[in-house]
Amino acid sequence: MPKVKMPRKSTAIDMTAMCDVAFLLLTFFMLATKFKPDEPVTVVTPSSINTTLLPDSDVLLFTVDKDGRVFFSMDGQPKRKKMIEDLNSQFKLGLSDKEMKSFVTGASVGTPLKDLKNYLSLSEDERKKQGLDKGIPTDSANNELKTWIEYGMAAQEGSINKVKYCIKADNATPYPKIKEILETFKQKHIQKLNLVTNLKAAPQGTAAWQEEQAGGKKKE
Amino acid sequence: MAEMDTSSSGGGKKHGGTKSKKQSTRVDMTPMVDLGFLLITFFMLTTTMSKPKTMDLIMPKDTKDEKEQNKVKESTALTILLGKDNRVYYYEGLAQDPNASANPEFFKASSFANKGGIRDEIIKKRDEVSKMRNAKGEPEDVVVIIKADDDATYANFVDILDEMAINRIQRYATVDISDQDKTWIKQTEAANGVK
Repeated sequence: MPKVKMPRKSTAIDMTAMCDVAFLLLTFFMLATKFKPDEPVTVVTPSSINTTLLPDSDVLLFTVDKDGRVFFSMDGQPKRKKMIEDLNSQFKLGLSDKEMKSFVTGASVGTPLKDLKNYLSLSEDERKKQGLDKGIPTDSANNELKTWIEYGMAAQEGSINKVKYCIKADNATPYPKIKEILETFKQKHIQKLNLVTNLKAAPQGTAAWQEEQAGGKKKE
Repeated sequence: MAEMDTSSSGGGKKHGGTKSKKQSTRVDMTPMVDLGFLLITFFMLTTTMSKPKTMDLIMPKDTKDEKEQNKVKESTALTILLGKDNRVYYYEGLAQDPNASANPEFFKASSFANKGGIRDEIIKKRDEVSKMRNAKGEPEDVVVIIKADDDATYANFVDILDEMAINRIQRYATVDISDQDKTWIKQTEAANGVK
């Protein structure tokens, strides 16, 4: 019998499996997540036991920071386009195409309408430097929040009934500011609002906790 | 697969003759794996995984008409006031009756603490009220009136709404704070040396 010559194996490890896993995870993270939207202000939201999720689309989000500055944001580029065109023609803001594009592709906006042209022509860093991130005025004399709600609603077209009005406010936001905003919504006959919160567990021994223990039949 | 064993001569060459040594087609994947994990790390850090949760808030319509307004019975009501520095004050009833507030024990202070805080008071009142019977003989529901002072923060507001959800209080309302309530808060703060 001829001697079978065993090929000498190298000590290199087969990385194929590891590579497969790495790219599988990569694909998963790319598909399952979305980029953190860039916000002009950092907001630490309070926590509640509510488990209702913030919907992905048809959301008008009003961000309120701890100094009470209000920022507006909305999803959907076609909607944003329609909205800025409406605002432009209604308030004669004289926005250029570039400035409108900056609104369409941008994130939150928070400035009085008279500064909007200047605001949109600048980059985010320049806005901060020039102090243009003043927030949308909400006082009763000049309630521009109302305008933003109106035009935001008008831009929704078909899905007007699905729109969620969300308020994302900071822990330290003073209550009178929240009240002003709630009053504004009330004037627009919007009764159902969503407050953005973090999730916390229901405290032990309470009614909500007992319900959870009893089989998760939630009354949400 | 990226690795193919080519060290043994294939079936192509049946005649012996000159055997040219084939190079292995094995690829070193280490840099690729490195890149893969680098990208994973990047995506894990820059993206949001958990979506924020929302709390529903349904506001009542403003009605000027007295008849349309819901009447709350004094006996089933619990009024909670939110003051500054996360302080909570409460009293039973609506304080519409001026005599009710003559009792020095009437206006009480509490906190958002898990034990011995406002939650215990809500539960106590809820259980007390559920023993009462209305005209039809059904158990009464407690009605919580929430009034926030100007010094209160949004966190207080959400916390107290959350208490309603935690204790499954079905009926509650946020109401503008009255001057009387403000005076009481000031007095209590003064009595406790709060600036």
